[in-house]
Order: sequence, then structure tokens, then C-alpha cells
Amino acid sequence: MNIKLLYFGRPRERLNISSETPEVPDNIATLGELLDWLRQRGGLWTQELAENRVRCALNQEMSKPDAPVRDGDEVAIFSPISGG
Amino acid sequence: MSISIQTADFDLAAELSALRGASMGAGALVSFVGLVRDFADDGKVQNIHLEHYPGMSEKALENIIVHASARWSLLGVRVIHRVGTLLPNDQIVLVATTSAHRADAFAACEFIMDYLKTSAPFWKKEQTGHGTRWLDTKESDVQRAQRWIDQGDMQ
Repeated sequence: MNIKLLYFGRPRERLNISSETPEVPDNIATLGELLDWLRQRGGLWTQELAENRVRCALNQEMSKPDAPVRDGDEVAIFSPISGG
Repeated sequence: MSISIQTADFDLAAELSALRGASMGAGALVSFVGLVRDFADDGKVQNIHLEHYPGMSEKALENIIVHASARWSLLGVRVIHRVGTLLPNDQIVLVATTSAHRADAFAACEFIMDYLKTSAPFWKKEQTGHGTRWLDTKESDVQRAQRWIDQGDMQ
């Protein structure tokens, strides 16, 4: 399946990527599994996407790791927010 | 209600005047302006860089205003959040509210600001003499937002 990934804040800068639409294995069912899959890219990906360093939004709603992901979803991965 | 996310600075007097003009029947106008601080944990701030999640940031701000409007009797709301590179003392954010009586305008303005801090997708990177640092969500901001839920009737 295809999932649109967006990156903001620290991971965007450190991984030097703003967006990508990778072919994600169909057995990936949740946001948490998607992050695990991305961490398998190794190196900086494992480090920057560590559980305590990133938060996620699924289709523009803040979401937890157990949220289900489907083909066509938009997933944003970012450091904790700090606006205002 | 009106929301803007922009790189340009804003004219506070003009914004408040426009909001007042659009709020017939108002007895109170409350505004908050957030500024870039010049001090950080590791020294003097040279500048900050702000980025946001286009699409979601507007929706998140709208959602916060919808909650505020359900909880207090508001006549108008204006929110401006700047992005891009800002210098110490620059204006970052404006939240302004109007209502028939001051209690609602005060409370809603503070509520919107507290929720903006903890649920709107903006990120700040601070540049000091020691390098750059992405700021984390402050625990004190999370607690301030939590207070509104603890007070009950959070809709």
C-alpha cells in the first residue's frame, strides 16, 4: 500500500526529508508498526524516530501508535510541537 | 472567527480595530501577543525559526476556536500565528477575543492560547551562540491546558 509521509521539525531537518510516498508492506497495520518499519532503515532513522523523540498525526489528527493505517493515508512524523 | 498563518508581521492596532468593528454588541475585547524571548537555557537567542504543518495547523486552530465558542459566549475571535525566521522581541502570535462581558473574553483568550501551545502543529528552532535547538513541548504548557479539562465541562 502507499502512504504519504510528511516530516516536520527535528526529524525533517536531521533526516533531510520533507515528504515521501513509499510502498509500505501490507502487513503494516498501525502507526506504531509503520514507525518500526521506518526505523529498520537504520542509522539516523533508528535514532531520530526513537519512540520518545517523535509524535504523529494521521490524516491531520494527532494520533497514538495504535491508530490503524490504510492505503492512501497521510501520516506526519514530527518532534514534539512548540508553537505560540 | 478569522485565522491567519503568515510570515509577515501584523499591525496590532489595525487587527484589534478590525475585530472591534466586526463585533457589534461587544463590551470587552481581550488580546494576547506572544513575543520572541531573547534568553534561552544556553544563552542569548539570536533568532528562532518557526515551521508548521500547512492544512493541519489551520484545522487545529479552527477546532480550538470551536471549543472556545461552545464554552463561552464570544462575538469574535482573531488568531494570527507567524512562521519563518523571527528575531528577539518580534511578535509571534496574536489571540484576540470579543464578548458582551469581560469574563468570557478573558477566559476564552487564555484557553485558546493554552490549547494552541499543546495541540497546534508548529515547531520552533532556537539559534543561540551555541548552535541550534528544536524546542520541546513544555510540561508547564501541558499542565496549563490540562487545567481547563480539570475545571470540567470540556466539550
